Amino acid sequence: MSDIMLERIWEALLDTLAMVGASAGIALLAGVPLAVFLVLTAPGGVLEAPRFNKVAGSLVNAFRATPFIVLLVALIPLTRLITGTTIGIWAAVVPLSISATPFFARIAEVSLREVAPGLIEAAQAMGCRRWHIVWHVLLPEALPGIVGGFTITVVSMIGASAMAGAVGAGGLGDLAIRYGYQRFDTTVMAAVIVVLIALVSLVQAAGDFWVRRLRLR
Amino acid sequence: MTLNQWLLDTKSFFVQAASGAAKSAAKSASNAAAPSATEGNQHPVAGSVRFENLGKTYRSSAGLVNALSDIDLSIPAGKIFGIIGRSGAGKSSLLRTINRLENPTSGRVWVDGQDVAAFDDDGLVALRRRVGMIFQHFNLLSAKTVFENVALPLRVAGVKPADIDKRVFELLDLVGLRDKHATYPGRLSGGQKQRVGIARALVHSPQILLCDEATSALDPETTQSILALLRDINRQLGLTVILITHEMGVIRDVCDEVVVLEGGRIAESGPVWQVFGEPQHAATRALLRPLEHELPDDLVSQLEQQEPPVLSGFQRVIELTYTGQGTIEPDLDRIAAALGSRVRLLYGGIDRIQGHTHGRLLIATGGTGPAAQTLVAQQLSHYARELGYVRHHA
Repeated sequence: MSDIMLERIWEALLDTLAMVGASAGIALLAGVPLAVFLVLTAPGGVLEAPRFNKVAGSLVNAFRATPFIVLLVALIPLTRLITGTTIGIWAAVVPLSISATPFFARIAEVSLREVAPGLIEAAQAMGCRRWHIVWHVLLPEALPGIVGGFTITVVSMIGASAMAGAVGAGGLGDLAIRYGYQRFDTTVMAAVIVVLIALVSLVQAAGDFWVRRLRLR
Repeated sequence: MTLNQWLLDTKSFFVQAASGAAKSAAKSASNAAAPSATEGNQHPVAGSVRFENLGKTYRSSAGLVNALSDIDLSIPAGKIFGIIGRSGAGKSSLLRTINRLENPTSGRVWVDGQDVAAFDDDGLVALRRRVGMIFQHFNLLSAKTVFENVALPLRVAGVKPADIDKRVFELLDLVGLRDKHATYPGRLSGGQKQRVGIARALVHSPQILLCDEATSALDPETTQSILALLRDINRQLGLTVILITHEMGVIRDVCDEVVVLEGGRIAESGPVWQVFGEPQHAATRALLRPLEHELPDDLVSQLEQQEPPVLSGFQRVIELTYTGQGTIEPDLDRIAAALGSRVRLLYGGIDRIQGHTHGRLLIATGGTGPAAQTLVAQQLSHYARELGYVRHHA
């Protein structure tokens, strides 16, 4: 493999990291509040609002039901509105984060729901207001699960980012398809796969390590 | 640190807290400071609860369930008040209406003359800072250290960090866990967890402490130490303690008054010695059974109901019951004199509850005549009855 190829792979890796990093950041910032909203407004929650809960839940399901490659195309008008372009890394960040947010929100919701009701009751009994309960009880107690869920989200985003080549976003997946599939360059494809495996393993290991540290307390 | 010192510190803490902290903290500060004008072992006057015609109905898959009905009950300030009943009797629901963790379907709850249902959100938060609560499963936050757990009620009330520090360590001293302040609850024993729970519940100097099966998850020895702590807190701080339990032993050991719930209704209530001495309701008797001394099997098998044809070699077995009423006590000398015969003590036990003698004795004695009636007539026991005959190898 030539130096140029190595450079291509390196650049593609940076593209993937940028796309996934930015999208994961947005998914985290949007997904946690969405998960909290779903838990609080659920029947029996501390801010019970069944109708809002239904609407939010249906919206989340709608986005999760749409395959990413379809979402990528369907969201093109929105992408153009936000980023001013429909090609490149930043154009891919829009559909990537919009697809990852509901996914992550559902996982985080499960962790939040598993916080023992007794803890919420105890917080109420000591004079906590609702936002205290969210901040001091729900989020810290669910943190290991949220971190674990975020790890899963990031890994699946690395996979989804391969499809972002369809909008000319670049990245490792795009490189593998262009060289490996369209040019029958198996070496490049194999190299990309190795890099992807290493990347996913690294993300997963980091997430596991963090969860283990949180659980050790 | 002794509790008296702690009480004094409590006052100074609230004077400091009131200047900078939240409105509600200031409110409870004035409540806590008011009675301390008098010297010595002063008790706050606040801390009474009254239930008025309270009812609670649940909707379940099986239709409407009456969890509580027709509850009329007054809990005086400064007492240790027990609520006992079998599981599902409505104890938990009743307790939770006091700090409005549950809302009654009908009727009212008054805490110090204030209708709990009338509070808005701020009022409710202020009420909950006057009413501490501890739980069967402790409900400590696993992601926070012991210190942070005890500090949390103060943090959310907007108390200054320096004041929080001082106050939390005072309470950790009170429950004997200062050296565990940086530990996470997962590394504590059950008894230690409950001590942290107690410290957390007391951090706002409440006037009422609600205990939801606080010792049910603990072993007997730890139960005793937690009960002793609750008793100390009640005596020294004049705090009203309202506890629910399904163990009569807990009621006997710490409570002044008790109410027995059965099927969501009050079966009976009164001073503990009275309810123990002469239980009126089947539910009470059922709850008391584990504490009673059942007849040992060997005695039961020896006991003959029919009068033996030859009385020599046999003795009558008489059961004497003491309910705690008045001053009647098992005066063995006088019992023997009243029966005109030697008396053998076969079995039994005498408890003292709140200074009242309570229990049951089984004696074997010779002679004839209406022994049971004689003993009751001479005020040597509250109730007496003949159980049968046993062989006596003199």
